[in-house]
Amino acid sequence: MTPTYYLLLSALLFSIGAVGVLVRRNAIVVFMCIELMLNAVNLSLVTFARINGALDGQVMAFFVMVVAAAEVVVGLAIIMSIFRTRRTASVDDANLLKY
Amino acid sequence: MSVLAQAAVDTVSTGEAIAFWVLGPLALAGALGMVFARNAVHSALMLVTTMFCLAVFYIIQQAPFLGFVQIIVYTGAIMMFFLFVLMLVGRDSSDSVVEVLRGQRLAGLGLGVGLAVLLVAAIARSLTEVTPVGLAAGAAGSGANVTGLGALIFTKYLFAFELTSALLITAALGAMVLAFAQSTGRGKRGQRATVTARLRGEHDRISPLPGPGVYATANSVATPAVLPDGSVAPESISAIIEATPVQRTGELPPDVRALTGGRADDDTEDQR
Repeated sequence: MTPTYYLLLSALLFSIGAVGVLVRRNAIVVFMCIELMLNAVNLSLVTFARINGALDGQVMAFFVMVVAAAEVVVGLAIIMSIFRTRRTASVDDANLLKY
Repeated sequence: MSVLAQAAVDTVSTGEAIAFWVLGPLALAGALGMVFARNAVHSALMLVTTMFCLAVFYIIQQAPFLGFVQIIVYTGAIMMFFLFVLMLVGRDSSDSVVEVLRGQRLAGLGLGVGLAVLLVAAIARSLTEVTPVGLAAGAAGSGANVTGLGALIFTKYLFAFELTSALLITAALGAMVLAFAQSTGRGKRGQRATVTARLRGEHDRISPLPGPGVYATANSVATPAVLPDGSVAPESISAIIEATPVQRTGELPPDVRALTGGRADDDTEDQR
């Protein structure tokens, strides 16, 4: 077994996340699928850091985590404000920026 | 140098292989369950499972700091935030079955499978002969994971690090602005309107209720206030206090010093 298997797992997880983004309708679940894709990329970054023997990949994964945290905060706030005005969390019903 | 880094120098040890083949399918199952679960709360918990598996993978791949950050930040903070918003939005706001674009789900599924096949085939073909260097091989700052990461972040990636701080502040402000619930102004009177309504007699009395009496002998809330003509103001005592039967605590002993534990005064010595 080589660390390539981690990359394969990461590719599979990324694909599952992409399928979730395409298939699901609930905005919160779509967000969770995006989180899964970011996590898959993090796994591949950590694996590349190990393969190359340099810590830069881990630093990039660290930054991905920080940006993901910020993204989640803003995205969930947007979902909540949409829910407050439209009473729905479905991505099909959000077709206006205001009201 | 950490124990983990010493243990896995170049190759994948047997224990790591076992951990991978146990936790890898678990992570995949969690991801699939997240996508296909009907209930959004179930989806969130499945995603927590996957993230825990990934945290273990980080730790056994010589990234202990990232592994613990994954547990603390992702499963601890972000996923709990997801659950929080799920509870706010309502758990039963599940997926609509109506398809807006015809065949979109099947097309999405097919595209996803195609993406998976392409990615897996490309990685499996191109990276078979990879021999990992490993982080214990003496790369710069790789001895201790946290110190190495810290050195990199504060030297090479300092600008990006500062940018993330700006990003976090902006995100926090944006979330506060977006999630701020504006009161509609309907059904809520201002101070001036309230005073006018009071003077017009819409309330029971103009002034607030009087407080209880405060005297030299008592300041209990059970003590009624006294009106200017000397009579008792009945509104100064809560109705609950008047309705509660009084319970005396019993007679106090005549010697007050007995309450303080019998200080060694002259009188106490005389009594003994």
